Amino acid sequence: MNAVLRPVSKARKRRDLAMRASLGLATALALVPLVLVLGYVAKRGLGAWSWHFFSTDPTGSFLGDPGGIKSAILGTILMVALATAISVPVGVGVALYLTEYGKNSWFAKAVRYFVDVMTGVPSIVFGLFVFIVLILSGGVGGYAGWKGSVALSLLMLPVVTRSAEVVLLLVPHTLRESALALGSPRWRMIAKVVLPTALPGLVTGSLLAVARAAGETAPLLFTAAIVNGTSLNLGQRMNSLPVQIFTDVGQAQDRLVARAWGAALTLVVLVLLLTLVARYMSRRSRLT
Amino acid sequence: MAASAAAISQSGSLRGSPLSRLPDRALRIVLTALAVAILTLIAFFFIRLYVEARPAFARFGVFGFTFNNDWDVSRNVFGALPLVVGTLITAAVALIIGVPVAIAAALFVTELCPRRARGPLTIMLDLLAAVPSVVYGLWGVFVLIPKLKPAEQWVTDKLHFIPFIGGASVAGPNYFIGGLILAIMILPIVSAITREVMATVPADHKEAALALGATRWEMIRTAILPYSRAGITGAAMLGLGRAIGETIAVTLVIGNAPRIGSHLFDQGYTLAAVIANEFGEAANNPIHRAALIAAGLVLFVLTLLVNAAARVFINRRTALA
Repeated sequence: MNAVLRPVSKARKRRDLAMRASLGLATALALVPLVLVLGYVAKRGLGAWSWHFFSTDPTGSFLGDPGGIKSAILGTILMVALATAISVPVGVGVALYLTEYGKNSWFAKAVRYFVDVMTGVPSIVFGLFVFIVLILSGGVGGYAGWKGSVALSLLMLPVVTRSAEVVLLLVPHTLRESALALGSPRWRMIAKVVLPTALPGLVTGSLLAVARAAGETAPLLFTAAIVNGTSLNLGQRMNSLPVQIFTDVGQAQDRLVARAWGAALTLVVLVLLLTLVARYMSRRSRLT
Repeated sequence: MAASAAAISQSGSLRGSPLSRLPDRALRIVLTALAVAILTLIAFFFIRLYVEARPAFARFGVFGFTFNNDWDVSRNVFGALPLVVGTLITAAVALIIGVPVAIAAALFVTELCPRRARGPLTIMLDLLAAVPSVVYGLWGVFVLIPKLKPAEQWVTDKLHFIPFIGGASVAGPNYFIGGLILAIMILPIVSAITREVMATVPADHKEAALALGATRWEMIRTAILPYSRAGITGAAMLGLGRAIGETIAVTLVIGNAPRIGSHLFDQGYTLAAVIANEFGEAANNPIHRAALIAAGLVLFVLTLLVNAAARVFINRRTALA
């Protein structure tokens, strides 16, 4: 007993201090890249921003004015919007199945496991898959914006499903039971009680999935991408911000690299805004 | 009230008529169908990848394709060993750098930092995950590669006696840069899961350690780390899965040379990067296309195994991963 209560020795104190300091330093180190990346993107990107930059399409001319990123911004918005329209209903539906019907049955467990597996699939493999099924097999033509959306929706699906399931589980059971006890059929209970209660959380999860999809390059490369595209038709090849950046970097010409930084800043602002709005929504949710 | 009670007693049961239960059935069937569709999709996914990759496996053999050290598009010879090795080297670098920093950050945020700093720090760590891959790549190409080159050369000169690391002439894009970028990209997920795992350490354990006179660090070492070891291992494996599958950032900074580099600061290639770079031109060459799809399948199986192993360690479900 005495040994334990003896005051902490100098050596132990020193070690404690040293370890605490190194943990703090490591945390600071972890944040260095964030500051550097955002700093460089802001500095180099702002230099490229202008009205012209946002209001013109890439020209693709070998010399002179490379044009702006209008089609890239609109392409990203359109493709991600369609991907969201596909993945959010399906993802929330699967989550509802898991929480309201499947629960702990072996089938529900299998679905859960494979949704987990889907989160680990590299995004480029989703691109390959969509290429094989929708382009290589023929019948539905070549690259198109909507095929890019399908690839993005595959990527978003597990993110939406998992976050939705977590939120739906937070809806108190007493609420469900009260609705049923009042004689409401199950579908009304889900539509009028479970979903409205979980809504802010569902929005948060979906927005995080949207933010992730908006920044993805790999699934679009061989499903939708086109260099210097100007089309705004989801039935045709479409440009997007990440692909625009990727191809501009590959060109290694100063004026194109400048456009890449400008596009990167646009993309980062878009994604960070989505992320912050998602966080704000989750904070307003009453379920914790 | 009285009327409805009468209605109930008349129909003899609280259940509605079969007609009014129709929407209920429909909803149940639709939702179950969605869940079945997910499983079907994944099976379909695997089968289609395999079918399209088969020409490559038929020509070179599964083993030959994966472990032959010869990837030459001009001769139509595809042995993926340089890509597999590149993937493993960059992933290893990412883990060696990223995981300790991620664990330290998680410890600092959960145990040491002032309560008011906890929220902002967590958000900033999570924001690392929000930056798109292609933006990390852009930054890597134009900032990290030129700025780090002298430092890399200095390190390799000083450590000339260590094989694979020392005595090299540093190439601009190389394995180490790729691994470093990957380390930054896996840091937020490893840190977030580690944080969640550490939050499950019972307060009793921590308080007991402190009550016995342990310093803060001793409490971390004796109470927190042993309790969360399995979870931290799982988090690191999820990070490994991410590092293996990450494509665009690595493609931009790895050098894209389809051979096994002679040292850490040499140019290389990864499975994901080769698909991103070569697939566009391979669409009209069936064996090249099959080889790239086979590379995708190897990648898929590799990430699948790693993730399945990670799940064994993290049995709690988290919304983050």
